[in-house]
Amino acid sequence: MKVTLPLTREVLESVQIGDVLELTGDIYTARDAAHARLYEAICKGEKLPLDLKGKIIFYCGPCPAGPGRVIGPLGPTTSARMDPYMEAMFQQGMVAAIGKGDRAPYVAELCKKYKGLYLLGVGGAAALCANAVKEVEEIAYPDLGTESIKRYYVEDFKVIVGIDTQGRTIQEENIPKYRKR
Amino acid sequence: MRRIDTSAVIPVIRQLCIEACQQLSSNVTDALRDARAREESPLCQEILAMLLENAAFASENHLACCQDTGMTVVLLEIGQEVCWEGMPLYDAVNEGVRQGYRDGYLRKSVVDDPLLRKNTGDNTPAMIHVDIVPGDKVTITILPKGAGSENMSALYMLTPADGVQGVKKAVLEAVERAGGKPCPPIVVGIGLGGTMDKAAFLSKKALLREIGARNPKPHLAALEQELLEEINKTGIGALGMGGTVTALDVHIEAFSTHIACLPLAINLQCHAYRHACATI
Ligand code: SF4
Repeated sequence: MKVTLPLTREVLESVQIGDVLELTGDIYTARDAAHARLYEAICKGEKLPLDLKGKIIFYCGPCPAGPGRVIGPLGPTTSARMDPYMEAMFQQGMVAAIGKGDRAPYVAELCKKYKGLYLLGVGGAAALCANAVKEVEEIAYPDLGTESIKRYYVEDFKVIVGIDTQGRTIQEENIPKYRKR
Repeated sequence: MRRIDTSAVIPVIRQLCIEACQQLSSNVTDALRDARAREESPLCQEILAMLLENAAFASENHLACCQDTGMTVVLLEIGQEVCWEGMPLYDAVNEGVRQGYRDGYLRKSVVDDPLLRKNTGDNTPAMIHVDIVPGDKVTITILPKGAGSENMSALYMLTPADGVQGVKKAVLEAVERAGGKPCPPIVVGIGLGGTMDKAAFLSKKALLREIGARNPKPHLAALEQELLEEINKTGIGALGMGGTVTALDVHIEAFSTHIACLPLAINLQCHAYRHACATI
C-alpha cells in the first residue's frame, strides 16, 4: 500500500500488523546516542532540535555516502534498545518508529495508548533501502557522526507494520502460526 | 625463516574489509535462495527475495550489503617460520582496517571506551586474534561483525550433568530469546568446551565455516543437524516475522575441557554472513 507522509490519523488507525507500506515523504533518523540526548533535553524541559509532532523516527545509522550518492547503505537497527525512550517520544508527538526486531511488551501498550505505530524495516537490505532515499539533510547533533539526526526524503520506502494502534504485534500473532515444536 | 614487512598486511586487509562488506559469497546467496524455496510464509518469502535483490545490488554497485559493517574481527594465522619486520603488526592491521573503512565508505561503528562512548572515527581498533601455525605463510581472515546479532550472543557455564540435553535447551533458549533481533535467518555459531574464553572464541570461529559444511566428528555433525531442525520449528522466520526458516545453519566447534566443566558459547550471526580471507 502506497502512503504519502505525514501519516494521517485515518491511515495510522486503519493499517494492521503485516501490512506492507511504501512510504513517500520525510522521515527522521535517531538511534541510541541521539535518543539519549533528546531524552535528556526533554527531562530538562529544553527545546528540542526538531519538533516531533506528526513525525516518523527511523532507528538508523547509515554508512557514509560514496561519490555521486546522497547517502550510503542504511537500514533499521534493533529497536529494543530504544524501548525506554518510546513513551517520551510519543508524548512529544512522534506518530511512528521504524526499526527491527521485537520490543518489550509495554511498547505495544504504548502504541495503543498514543495511537502510534511500530514499523519494521527490512534489516540488512541496506543497499536497496539507500536507493529509496532521495534527499538528506542533517538536522542535529552532527558530532554524533552516523548517529546524528537526519531528515530523509524517501520514495516508496518499504516497511511492514509490526505493532498497530490496537496494540497487536506481528511476532505474537505470526510466529505461533509457523511454530512446530 | 621468511621475512615479511608488517606493512604488507595493510593493503590486503584494506581490500578484505571492502570485499567482505560488499559481497556476499555464492555460498550465502545459494543458502538464501534455498531458504526462500523452503519458506512457507509469503511475507518471509518476500523478505528473502528482497535480501537476495539487495545482495546483487550491493555487489554490482560496490555498496555495503548492510549498513552495520560491524566491528572488524581479524584472524591472523601466522606460520611459525615467519619473521616480522617494520612497524608493530597490530598497528599495521589497524591501518588496513582504517583504510578499508575509509575507502569502502563503510560505517565507523566503534567507540573508544565502553562507558565514555566516543566514536573513534575509523572503525579501529580491530578485534585481533592470532594463531601460530606450521609453515611460512600468513592467512588473514576478516569478519565484520554487526551488533544486532552480536548482542544476542550468550554464554552458559553448564555442568557435565547438563550434558547434550542442557546444550540443546540453552541453544534453543538463546535463539528464541533473540527472536527477530539478530536479523534471521541466522547462522548459529557454537563453541563447546575449553575454558570460558576458549568457548567464546570457538563460537566466533564457527561462523567462518561454509553454510552446509558439517563438523567432521559424527556426534557433533548430528547435533548440528538436530539443532538446525529444532530451530526451524520455532516459527521465528525471516526478521522474526513468523516463518519456517529461522536458521540457515548451525556450526559447532568443540575443544577438550575440564572434568567439572561444560562451557557453551553461542554467537549468533545474521543473514549478512560476511567474511573474506587471503594468504600472503
Ligand atoms: S544484524 Fe546483521 S543484517 Fe541485521 S542490521 Fe546488523 S549487521 Fe545488518
